Amino acid sequence: MRYLLLKHYRGGQAPAVDWTSMDQWTPEEVDAHMQYMSDFAKRLEETGEFVDSQALSAEGAFVRSDGAGRPPVTDGPFAETKDLVAGWMIIDVESWDRAVELAGELSAAPGAGGEPIHEWLEVRPFLAGAHGSPE
Amino acid sequence: MNEAPLRDLVPGVIGVLVRRGADVASAEDAVQEALIRAFETWPEDPPRDPKAWLVAAAWRRFLDAVRAESSRRGRELAVETRAVEPPTDPAPAGDDTLRLYFLCAHPTLSPAAAVALTLRAVGGLTTKQIAEAHLVPESTMAQRISRAKRAIAGLRLDQPGDLGAVLRVLYLVFNEGYGGDVDLAAEAVRLTRQLATLTDEPEVAGLLALMLLHHARRASRTGPGGRLVPLAEQDRSRWDTGLIAEGVAILQTALARDRLGEYQAQAAIAALHADARSTSETDWVQIVDWYDELLALTGSPVVRLNRAVAVGEADGPHAGLEALADVDPDLPRHAAAAAYLHERAGDLEHAAALYAEASHAATSVPERDHLTREAARVRQLLRAPTISPGSPSPATGP
Repeated sequence: MRYLLLKHYRGGQAPAVDWTSMDQWTPEEVDAHMQYMSDFAKRLEETGEFVDSQALSAEGAFVRSDGAGRPPVTDGPFAETKDLVAGWMIIDVESWDRAVELAGELSAAPGAGGEPIHEWLEVRPFLAGAHGSPE
Repeated sequence: MNEAPLRDLVPGVIGVLVRRGADVASAEDAVQEALIRAFETWPEDPPRDPKAWLVAAAWRRFLDAVRAESSRRGRELAVETRAVEPPTDPAPAGDDTLRLYFLCAHPTLSPAAAVALTLRAVGGLTTKQIAEAHLVPESTMAQRISRAKRAIAGLRLDQPGDLGAVLRVLYLVFNEGYGGDVDLAAEAVRLTRQLATLTDEPEVAGLLALMLLHHARRASRTGPGGRLVPLAEQDRSRWDTGLIAEGVAILQTALARDRLGEYQAQAAIAALHADARSTSETDWVQIVDWYDELLALTGSPVVRLNRAVAVGEADGPHAGLEALADVDPDLPRHAAAAAYLHERAGDLEHAAALYAEASHAATSVPERDHLTREAARVRQLLRAPTISPGSPSPATGP
Protein backbone atom coordinates (compact mmCIF):
# COMPACT_ATOMS: atom_id res chain seq x y z
CA MET A 1 0.00 0.00 0.00
CA ARG A 2 1.15 3.47 -0.77
CA TYR A 3 1.12 6.30 1.73
CA LEU A 4 1.88 9.97 1.45
CA LEU A 5 3.86 11.54 4.30
CA LEU A 6 3.08 15.21 3.99
CA LYS A 7 5.24 17.88 5.59
CA HIS A 8 3.93 21.40 6.25
CA TYR A 9 5.87 24.64 6.48
CA ARG A 10 3.09 25.97 8.68
CA GLY A 11 -0.61 25.50 9.22
CA GLY A 12 -1.99 22.07 9.96
CA GLN A 13 -1.54 20.92 13.54
CA ALA A 14 -0.12 23.27 16.17
CA PRO A 15 3.51 22.22 16.77
CA ALA A 16 4.03 19.79 19.65
CA VAL A 17 7.50 21.24 20.24
CA ASP A 18 8.02 24.92 19.48
CA TRP A 19 11.28 24.58 17.59
CA THR A 20 13.06 27.60 16.17
CA SER A 21 13.57 28.03 12.45
CA MET A 22 16.55 26.24 10.98
CA ASP A 23 18.69 29.30 10.32
CA GLN A 24 18.74 29.87 14.09
CA TRP A 25 20.39 26.47 14.71
CA THR A 26 24.12 25.88 14.70
CA PRO A 27 25.64 24.62 11.42
CA GLU A 28 26.30 21.25 13.08
CA GLU A 29 22.65 20.95 14.08
CA VAL A 30 21.58 21.79 10.52
CA ASP A 31 23.97 19.16 9.16
CA ALA A 32 22.74 16.55 11.63
CA HIS A 33 19.13 17.22 10.63
CA MET A 34 19.84 16.91 6.91
CA GLN A 35 21.95 13.82 7.44
CA TYR A 36 19.07 12.21 9.35
CA MET A 37 16.64 12.92 6.49
CA SER A 38 18.97 11.56 3.84
CA ASP A 39 19.84 8.46 5.91
CA PHE A 40 16.13 7.81 6.42
CA ALA A 41 15.41 7.92 2.67
CA LYS A 42 18.43 5.74 1.92
CA ARG A 43 17.34 3.14 4.45
CA LEU A 44 13.85 2.97 2.89
CA GLU A 45 15.43 2.51 -0.54
CA GLU A 46 17.34 -0.45 0.87
CA THR A 47 14.20 -2.00 2.37
CA GLY A 48 12.33 -1.45 -0.91
CA GLU A 49 9.78 0.87 0.68
CA PHE A 50 10.84 4.20 -0.84
CA VAL A 51 8.86 5.55 -3.80
CA ASP A 52 9.47 9.28 -4.12
CA SER A 53 10.41 12.37 -2.20
CA GLN A 54 9.93 15.97 -3.33
CA ALA A 55 10.32 19.38 -1.77
CA LEU A 56 8.26 22.43 -2.72
CA SER A 57 9.31 26.04 -2.82
CA ALA A 58 7.51 28.38 -0.42
CA GLU A 59 6.62 30.53 -3.44
CA GLY A 60 3.37 30.04 -5.35
CA ALA A 61 -0.29 31.01 -5.27
CA PHE A 62 -3.86 29.70 -5.28
CA VAL A 63 -5.48 29.85 -8.72
CA ARG A 64 -9.07 29.30 -9.90
CA SER A 65 -11.14 29.86 -13.02
CA ASP A 66 -13.14 33.08 -13.16
CA GLY A 67 -15.36 31.99 -16.04
CA ALA A 68 -14.92 31.70 -19.80
CA GLY A 69 -13.06 34.51 -21.51
CA ARG A 70 -11.66 35.86 -18.27
CA PRO A 71 -8.17 35.35 -16.90
CA PRO A 72 -7.89 32.99 -13.91
CA VAL A 73 -8.07 34.55 -10.46
CA THR A 74 -4.98 34.17 -8.30
CA ASP A 75 -4.70 34.49 -4.56
CA GLY A 76 -1.19 34.67 -3.20
CA PRO A 77 1.74 34.54 -2.61
CA PHE A 78 0.47 32.60 0.37
CA ALA A 79 -0.58 34.60 3.40
CA GLU A 80 1.27 33.78 6.61
CA THR A 81 -1.85 32.23 8.09
CA LYS A 82 -2.44 29.69 5.33
CA ASP A 83 -1.55 26.04 5.47
CA LEU A 84 1.52 25.53 3.32
CA VAL A 85 2.83 22.17 2.13
CA ALA A 86 6.64 21.96 2.23
CA GLY A 87 7.09 18.59 0.58
CA TRP A 88 6.34 14.92 0.78
CA MET A 89 7.64 11.42 0.79
CA ILE A 90 5.74 8.53 -0.77
CA ILE A 91 6.30 5.09 0.72
CA ASP A 92 5.08 1.67 -0.32
CA VAL A 93 4.66 -0.47 2.79
CA GLU A 94 2.84 -3.54 4.09
CA SER A 95 0.41 -1.85 6.46
CA TRP A 96 -0.94 1.32 8.04
CA ASP A 97 1.02 0.43 11.18
CA ARG A 98 4.27 0.37 9.26
CA ALA A 99 3.43 3.74 7.66
CA VAL A 100 2.79 5.22 11.09
CA GLU A 101 5.99 3.73 12.46
CA LEU A 102 8.04 5.27 9.65
CA ALA A 103 6.31 8.66 9.91
CA GLY A 104 7.13 8.63 13.62
CA GLU A 105 10.78 8.03 12.84
CA LEU A 106 10.88 10.77 10.24
CA SER A 107 9.23 13.19 12.68
CA ALA A 108 11.99 12.53 15.23
CA ALA A 109 14.66 14.24 13.08
CA PRO A 110 17.02 16.18 15.35
CA GLY A 111 16.78 19.98 15.72
CA ALA A 112 18.36 22.57 17.97
CA GLY A 113 20.43 20.98 20.74
CA GLY A 114 20.13 17.65 18.94
CA GLU A 115 16.60 17.24 20.36
CA PRO A 116 13.97 15.59 18.11
CA ILE A 117 11.69 18.24 16.61
CA HIS A 118 8.55 16.05 16.85
CA GLU A 119 7.01 17.81 13.86
CA TRP A 120 3.54 16.71 12.74
CA LEU A 121 3.50 14.76 9.50
CA GLU A 122 0.24 14.07 7.71
CA VAL A 123 -0.05 10.40 6.69
CA ARG A 124 -2.55 9.67 3.92
CA PRO A 125 -3.22 6.36 2.16
CA PHE A 126 -3.44 6.51 -1.65
CA LEU A 127 -6.72 5.38 -3.21
CA ALA A 128 -6.18 2.64 -5.75
CA GLY A 129 -6.43 3.80 -9.36
CA ALA A 130 -8.95 2.59 -11.94
CA HIS A 131 -6.64 -0.31 -12.76
CA GLY A 132 -5.82 -1.23 -9.19
CA SER A 133 -2.81 0.05 -7.36
CA PRO A 134 -0.78 2.53 -9.41
CA GLU A 135 2.39 0.94 -10.73
CA MET B 1 28.41 -5.05 -28.12
CA ASN B 2 29.34 -1.54 -27.15
CA GLU B 3 26.41 0.79 -27.66
CA ALA B 4 28.20 4.13 -27.76
CA PRO B 5 30.06 3.94 -31.12
CA LEU B 6 26.85 2.70 -32.71
CA ARG B 7 24.98 5.70 -31.34
CA ASP B 8 27.65 7.98 -32.83
CA LEU B 9 26.45 6.81 -36.24
CA VAL B 10 22.76 7.51 -35.66
CA PRO B 11 22.51 11.20 -36.62
CA GLY B 12 24.54 10.66 -39.79
CA VAL B 13 22.30 7.81 -40.89
CA ILE B 14 19.11 9.76 -40.16
CA GLY B 15 20.67 12.67 -42.01
CA VAL B 16 21.24 10.59 -45.15
CA LEU B 17 17.62 9.38 -45.15
CA VAL B 18 16.33 12.91 -44.64
CA ARG B 19 18.42 14.21 -47.53
CA ARG B 20 17.05 11.45 -49.73
CA GLY B 21 13.53 12.70 -49.06
CA ALA B 22 12.37 11.06 -45.83
CA ASP B 23 10.85 13.22 -43.11
CA VAL B 24 12.64 13.19 -39.77
CA ALA B 25 9.97 11.15 -38.00
CA SER B 26 9.98 8.29 -40.55
CA ALA B 27 13.76 8.39 -40.89
CA GLU B 28 14.16 8.18 -37.15
CA ASP B 29 11.74 5.25 -36.87
CA ALA B 30 13.51 3.43 -39.68
CA VAL B 31 16.92 3.95 -38.09
CA GLN B 32 15.64 2.71 -34.72
CA GLU B 33 14.43 -0.49 -36.42
CA ALA B 34 17.73 -0.87 -38.22
CA LEU B 35 19.54 -0.49 -34.90
CA ILE B 36 17.49 -3.26 -33.34
CA ARG B 37 18.40 -5.49 -36.31
CA ALA B 38 22.05 -4.48 -35.88
CA PHE B 39 22.03 -5.52 -32.24
CA GLU B 40 20.59 -8.89 -33.27
CA THR B 41 22.92 -9.69 -36.16
CA TRP B 42 26.21 -7.84 -35.67
CA PRO B 43 27.61 -9.92 -32.83
CA GLU B 44 27.51 -12.95 -35.20
CA ASP B 45 28.16 -11.18 -38.45
CA PRO B 46 29.78 -7.75 -38.03
CA PRO B 47 29.59 -5.55 -41.12
CA ARG B 48 32.76 -4.12 -42.71
CA ASP B 49 31.21 -0.65 -42.94
CA PRO B 50 28.71 -0.24 -40.08
CA LYS B 51 27.39 3.10 -41.29
CA ALA B 52 26.75 1.87 -44.84
CA TRP B 53 25.02 -1.19 -43.38
CA LEU B 54 22.78 0.99 -41.23
CA VAL B 55 21.97 3.34 -44.11
CA ALA B 56 21.02 0.41 -46.34
CA ALA B 57 18.96 -1.32 -43.65
CA ALA B 58 17.20 1.86 -42.56
CA TRP B 59 16.49 2.94 -46.13
CA ARG B 60 14.95 -0.46 -46.86
CA ARG B 61 12.75 -0.17 -43.80
CA PHE B 62 11.79 3.37 -44.71
CA LEU B 63 10.70 2.24 -48.21
CA ASP B 64 8.75 -0.68 -46.74
CA ALA B 65 6.94 1.76 -44.48
CA VAL B 66 6.22 4.13 -47.36
CA ARG B 67 4.87 1.29 -49.52
CA ALA B 68 2.70 0.01 -46.71
CA GLU B 69 1.40 3.51 -46.09
CA SER B 70 0.75 4.29 -49.77
CA SER B 71 -1.03 1.01 -50.44
CA ARG B 72 -3.17 1.67 -47.40
CA ARG B 73 -4.06 5.08 -48.70
CA GLY B 74 -4.44 3.73 -52.22
CA ARG B 75 -2.29 6.39 -53.75
CA GLU B 76 1.31 6.85 -54.70
CA LEU B 77 3.52 9.01 -52.57
CA ALA B 78 5.84 11.26 -54.47
CA VAL B 79 8.78 9.97 -52.55
CA GLU B 80 8.34 6.43 -53.80
CA THR B 81 8.63 7.24 -57.49
CA ARG B 82 11.52 9.55 -56.98
CA ALA B 83 13.49 7.53 -54.52
CA VAL B 84 13.03 3.78 -54.62
CA GLU B 85 16.65 3.40 -55.61
CA PRO B 86 18.99 5.26 -53.34
CA PRO B 87 20.32 8.31 -55.15
CA THR B 88 24.05 8.78 -55.15
CA ASP B 89 25.25 10.67 -52.12
CA PRO B 90 27.10 13.73 -53.33
CA ALA B 91 27.00 15.69 -50.07
CA PRO B 92 29.75 15.13 -47.51
CA ALA B 93 28.48 12.92 -44.68
CA GLY B 94 29.01 15.66 -42.08
CA ASP B 95 26.50 17.96 -43.75
CA ASP B 96 23.68 15.47 -43.17
CA THR B 97 24.47 15.22 -39.48
CA LEU B 98 24.81 18.97 -39.14
CA ARG B 99 21.40 19.52 -40.75
CA LEU B 100 19.89 17.11 -38.28
CA TYR B 101 21.29 19.17 -35.38
CA PHE B 102 19.70 22.28 -36.94
CA LEU B 103 16.33 20.59 -37.44
CA CYS B 104 16.15 19.14 -33.94
CA ALA B 105 16.98 22.52 -32.37
CA HIS B 106 14.78 24.48 -34.74
CA PRO B 107 13.69 27.79 -33.17
CA THR B 108 10.01 26.93 -33.74
CA LEU B 109 10.34 24.16 -31.13
CA SER B 110 10.05 24.84 -27.42
CA PRO B 111 13.30 24.28 -25.51
CA ALA B 112 11.91 21.12 -23.86
CA ALA B 113 10.82 19.71 -27.23
CA ALA B 114 14.15 20.56 -28.87
CA VAL B 115 16.07 18.90 -26.04
CA ALA B 116 13.98 15.72 -26.26
CA LEU B 117 14.21 15.49 -30.04
CA THR B 118 17.95 16.16 -30.07
CA LEU B 119 18.56 13.41 -27.52
CA ARG B 120 16.40 11.02 -29.50
CA ALA B 121 17.41 11.71 -33.11
CA VAL B 122 20.95 13.07 -32.76
CA GLY B 123 21.88 11.25 -29.55
CA GLY B 124 20.14 7.99 -30.40
CA LEU B 125 18.82 7.56 -26.85
CA THR B 126 15.62 5.62 -26.30
CA THR B 127 12.44 7.44 -25.28
CA LYS B 128 12.56 5.53 -21.99
CA GLN B 129 16.06 6.78 -21.22
CA ILE B 130 15.12 10.37 -22.04
CA ALA B 131 11.96 10.12 -19.90
CA GLU B 132 13.87 8.74 -16.92
CA ALA B 133 16.48 11.48 -17.16
CA HIS B 134 13.72 14.10 -17.00
CA LEU B 135 11.58 12.34 -14.36
CA VAL B 136 8.48 12.21 -16.55
CA PRO B 137 6.42 9.16 -17.59
CA GLU B 138 7.61 7.47 -20.78
CA SER B 139 4.25 8.09 -22.48
CA THR B 140 4.57 11.82 -21.80
CA MET B 141 8.04 11.91 -23.32
CA ALA B 142 6.87 9.85 -26.32
CA GLN B 143 4.15 12.46 -26.95
CA ARG B 144 6.59 15.34 -26.54
CA ILE B 145 8.90 13.77 -29.10
CA SER B 146 6.21 12.93 -31.64
CA ARG B 147 4.71 16.42 -31.39
CA ALA B 148 8.18 17.85 -31.98
CA LYS B 149 8.63 15.61 -35.02
CA ARG B 150 5.30 16.75 -36.43
CA ALA B 151 6.26 20.39 -35.84
CA ILE B 152 9.40 20.09 -37.95
CA ALA B 153 7.93 17.68 -40.54
CA GLY B 154 7.32 20.39 -43.14
CA LEU B 155 10.65 22.17 -42.72
CA ARG B 156 13.11 21.95 -45.57
CA LEU B 157 16.74 21.25 -44.93
CA ASP B 158 18.08 23.76 -47.40
CA GLN B 159 17.28 26.66 -45.09
CA PRO B 160 20.32 27.93 -43.21
CA GLY B 161 20.44 26.53 -39.70
CA ASP B 162 20.51 28.53 -36.49
CA LEU B 163 23.71 27.47 -34.77
CA GLY B 164 22.95 29.60 -31.71
CA ALA B 165 19.77 27.59 -31.14
CA VAL B 166 21.73 24.32 -31.39
CA LEU B 167 24.25 25.53 -28.82
CA ARG B 168 21.50 26.64 -26.44
CA VAL B 169 19.89 23.20 -26.65
CA LEU B 170 23.18 21.40 -26.02
CA TYR B 171 23.92 23.66 -23.04
CA LEU B 172 20.45 22.90 -21.66
CA VAL B 173 21.13 19.17 -21.98
CA PHE B 174 24.44 19.68 -20.18
CA ASN B 175 22.76 21.41 -17.25
CA GLU B 176 19.78 19.11 -16.77
CA GLY B 177 19.41 15.45 -16.00
CA TYR B 178 17.82 14.33 -12.78
CA GLY B 179 17.35 10.60 -12.81
CA GLY B 180 17.90 7.37 -14.65
CA ASP B 181 21.09 5.74 -15.85
CA VAL B 182 21.97 8.14 -18.62
CA ASP B 183 24.48 10.83 -17.76
CA LEU B 184 23.08 13.79 -19.71
CA ALA B 185 26.10 16.01 -19.00
CA ALA B 186 28.39 13.41 -20.56
CA GLU B 187 25.90 13.00 -23.42
CA ALA B 188 25.95 16.78 -24.02
CA VAL B 189 29.75 16.71 -24.12
CA ARG B 190 29.64 13.86 -26.64
CA LEU B 191 27.14 15.66 -28.89
CA THR B 192 29.08 18.94 -28.69
CA ARG B 193 32.33 17.16 -29.49
CA GLN B 194 30.65 15.63 -32.53
CA LEU B 195 29.29 19.04 -33.57
CA ALA B 196 32.77 20.55 -33.23
CA THR B 197 34.03 18.08 -35.85
CA LEU B 198 31.30 19.26 -38.25
CA THR B 199 31.77 23.02 -38.03
CA ASP B 200 34.71 25.24 -37.15
CA GLU B 201 32.62 28.04 -35.62
CA PRO B 202 34.60 29.33 -32.62
CA GLU B 203 31.47 29.42 -30.45
CA VAL B 204 31.04 25.65 -30.83
CA ALA B 205 34.59 25.22 -29.58
CA GLY B 206 33.80 27.75 -26.84
CA LEU B 207 30.81 25.73 -25.65
CA LEU B 208 32.81 22.49 -25.76
CA ALA B 209 35.59 24.11 -23.72
CA LEU B 210 33.05 25.47 -21.23
CA MET B 211 31.48 22.03 -20.78
CA LEU B 212 34.84 20.30 -20.35
CA LEU B 213 36.01 22.86 -17.78
CA HIS B 214 32.80 22.50 -15.77
CA HIS B 215 32.74 18.73 -16.14
CA ALA B 216 36.30 18.58 -14.81
CA ARG B 217 35.12 19.93 -11.45
CA ARG B 218 32.12 17.67 -11.14
CA ALA B 219 33.46 15.22 -8.57
CA SER B 220 34.28 18.06 -6.17
CA ARG B 221 30.99 19.95 -6.49
CA THR B 222 28.89 17.70 -4.26
CA GLY B 223 29.66 16.29 -0.85
CA PRO B 224 28.04 13.51 1.17
CA GLY B 225 24.26 13.29 0.74
CA GLY B 226 24.35 15.42 -2.41
CA ARG B 227 25.29 18.53 -0.47
CA LEU B 228 26.51 21.47 -2.52
CA VAL B 229 30.19 22.32 -2.12
CA PRO B 230 30.86 25.91 -3.20
CA LEU B 231 33.86 26.74 -5.36
CA ALA B 232 35.89 28.16 -2.47
CA GLU B 233 35.63 24.90 -0.51
CA GLN B 234 36.10 22.44 -3.35
CA ASP B 235 38.97 19.98 -3.07
CA ARG B 236 40.92 21.12 -6.14
CA SER B 237 43.03 17.98 -6.14
CA ARG B 238 39.89 16.17 -7.32
CA TRP B 239 39.55 18.31 -10.42
CA ASP B 240 40.19 16.37 -13.61
CA THR B 241 43.40 17.96 -14.94
CA GLY B 242 43.14 16.08 -18.24
CA LEU B 243 39.76 17.63 -19.02
CA ILE B 244 40.97 21.05 -17.88
CA ALA B 245 44.02 20.89 -20.17
CA GLU B 246 41.84 19.82 -23.08
CA GLY B 247 39.28 22.55 -22.39
CA VAL B 248 41.96 25.25 -22.12
CA ALA B 249 43.64 24.13 -25.36
CA ILE B 250 40.33 24.15 -27.26
CA LEU B 251 39.49 27.58 -25.82
CA GLN B 252 42.87 29.07 -26.76
CA THR B 253 42.51 27.90 -30.35
CA ALA B 254 39.02 29.38 -30.50
CA LEU B 255 40.04 32.71 -28.94
CA ALA B 256 42.89 33.02 -31.45
CA ARG B 257 40.26 33.28 -34.19
CA ASP B 258 39.30 36.64 -32.70
CA ARG B 259 35.54 36.09 -32.99
CA LEU B 260 34.47 36.28 -29.39
CA GLY B 261 31.06 35.02 -28.30
CA GLU B 262 29.29 34.32 -25.03
CA TYR B 263 30.39 30.70 -24.69
CA GLN B 264 34.04 31.54 -25.25
CA ALA B 265 33.79 34.32 -22.64
CA GLN B 266 32.13 31.96 -20.14
CA ALA B 267 34.77 29.33 -20.86
CA ALA B 268 37.49 31.93 -20.27
CA ILE B 269 36.05 32.61 -16.81
CA ALA B 270 35.86 28.87 -16.09
CA ALA B 271 39.47 28.49 -17.28
CA LEU B 272 40.68 31.21 -14.89
CA HIS B 273 39.02 29.36 -12.00
CA ALA B 274 40.45 26.05 -13.16
CA ASP B 275 43.90 27.59 -13.33
CA ALA B 276 43.95 28.84 -9.71
CA ARG B 277 45.05 26.86 -6.66
CA SER B 278 42.52 28.63 -4.42
CA THR B 279 39.94 31.41 -4.54
CA SER B 280 42.48 33.80 -3.00
CA GLU B 281 44.99 33.03 -5.76
CA THR B 282 42.36 33.48 -8.47
CA ASP B 283 42.89 36.28 -10.99
CA TRP B 284 39.66 38.09 -10.11
CA VAL B 285 40.65 41.26 -12.00
CA GLN B 286 40.81 39.32 -15.23
CA ILE B 287 37.58 37.52 -14.35
CA VAL B 288 35.84 40.89 -13.98
CA ASP B 289 37.23 41.89 -17.41
CA TRP B 290 35.68 38.75 -18.90
CA TYR B 291 32.37 39.48 -17.18
CA ASP B 292 32.47 42.94 -18.78
CA GLU B 293 32.94 41.28 -22.19
CA LEU B 294 30.15 38.83 -21.43
CA LEU B 295 27.85 41.64 -20.33
CA ALA B 296 28.56 43.56 -23.54
CA LEU B 297 27.75 40.42 -25.54
CA THR B 298 24.58 39.36 -23.75
CA GLY B 299 23.27 42.19 -21.54
CA SER B 300 22.11 39.37 -19.27
CA PRO B 301 21.00 40.33 -15.73
CA VAL B 302 22.39 37.05 -14.40
CA VAL B 303 25.80 37.97 -15.80
CA ARG B 304 25.48 41.37 -14.09
CA LEU B 305 24.80 39.58 -10.79
CA ASN B 306 27.78 37.22 -11.12
CA ARG B 307 29.93 40.16 -12.16
CA ALA B 308 29.04 41.98 -8.91
CA VAL B 309 30.28 38.99 -6.88
CA ALA B 310 33.52 38.94 -8.91
CA VAL B 311 33.94 42.70 -8.37
CA GLY B 312 33.58 42.00 -4.65
CA GLU B 313 36.58 39.67 -4.89
CA ALA B 314 38.67 41.93 -7.12
CA ASP B 315 38.01 45.32 -5.51
CA GLY B 316 36.53 44.47 -2.11
CA PRO B 317 33.02 43.88 -0.81
CA HIS B 318 31.96 47.54 -0.85
CA ALA B 319 32.74 47.80 -4.56
CA GLY B 320 30.83 44.54 -5.01
CA LEU B 321 27.79 45.93 -3.20
CA GLU B 322 27.99 49.05 -5.34
CA ALA B 323 27.97 46.88 -8.47
CA LEU B 324 25.08 44.88 -7.02
CA ALA B 325 23.03 48.06 -6.66
CA ASP B 326 22.61 48.06 -10.47
CA VAL B 327 21.22 44.50 -10.49
CA ASP B 328 17.50 43.68 -10.54
CA PRO B 329 16.67 42.58 -6.95
CA ASP B 330 14.02 40.16 -8.21
CA LEU B 331 16.66 37.87 -9.71
CA PRO B 332 17.01 34.43 -8.15
CA ARG B 333 20.24 34.43 -6.11
CA HIS B 334 20.24 38.20 -5.65
CA ALA B 335 19.75 37.77 -1.90
CA ALA B 336 22.47 35.09 -1.80
CA ALA B 337 24.98 37.38 -3.54
CA ALA B 338 24.02 40.30 -1.27
CA ALA B 339 24.38 38.08 1.83
CA TYR B 340 27.87 37.03 0.77
CA LEU B 341 29.03 40.58 0.08
CA HIS B 342 27.53 41.93 3.33
CA GLU B 343 29.30 39.22 5.31
CA ARG B 344 32.58 40.08 3.64
CA ALA B 345 31.94 43.71 4.51
CA GLY B 346 31.51 42.71 8.17
CA ASP B 347 27.76 43.31 8.42
CA LEU B 348 26.92 39.89 9.88
CA GLU B 349 23.44 40.77 11.13
CA HIS B 350 22.34 41.81 7.67
CA ALA B 351 24.16 38.87 6.07
CA ALA B 352 22.41 36.28 8.26
CA ALA B 353 18.97 37.70 7.48
CA LEU B 354 19.80 37.76 3.76
CA TYR B 355 21.07 34.16 3.76
CA ALA B 356 17.81 33.06 5.41
CA GLU B 357 15.83 35.06 2.84
CA ALA B 358 17.93 33.54 0.05
CA SER B 359 17.21 30.01 1.32
CA HIS B 360 13.47 30.68 0.95
CA ALA B 361 13.99 31.87 -2.64
CA ALA B 362 16.25 28.94 -3.61
CA THR B 363 15.19 26.92 -6.64
CA SER B 364 16.82 23.60 -5.73
CA VAL B 365 17.09 21.49 -2.58
CA PRO B 366 20.93 21.49 -2.47
CA GLU B 367 20.99 25.26 -2.94
CA ARG B 368 18.31 25.78 -0.28
CA ASP B 369 20.15 23.56 2.20
CA HIS B 370 23.46 25.27 1.48
CA LEU B 371 21.98 28.71 2.12
CA THR B 372 20.29 27.51 5.32
CA ARG B 373 23.69 26.30 6.52
CA GLU B 374 25.24 29.64 5.62
CA ALA B 375 22.57 31.46 7.62
CA ALA B 376 23.22 29.15 10.57
CA ARG B 377 26.98 29.67 10.25
CA VAL B 378 26.71 33.47 10.29
CA ARG B 379 24.26 33.44 13.21
CA GLN B 380 26.78 31.35 15.13
CA LEU B 381 29.44 33.99 14.43
CA LEU B 382 27.06 36.59 15.80
CA ARG B 383 26.54 34.60 19.00
CA ALA B 384 30.29 34.12 19.50
CA PRO B 385 31.94 37.18 17.99
CA THR B 386 35.38 36.35 19.39
CA ILE B 387 35.75 33.26 17.20
CA SER B 388 37.55 34.13 13.99
CA PRO B 389 35.11 34.10 11.10
CA GLY B 390 35.11 31.20 8.66
CA SER B 391 35.31 31.96 5.00
CA PRO B 392 31.95 32.69 3.43
CA SER B 393 31.18 30.89 0.21
CA PRO B 394 29.11 32.35 -2.58
CA ALA B 395 26.34 30.14 -3.85
CA THR B 396 26.51 32.09 -7.10
CA GLY B 397 29.40 32.05 -9.50
CA PRO B 398 30.48 29.40 -11.90
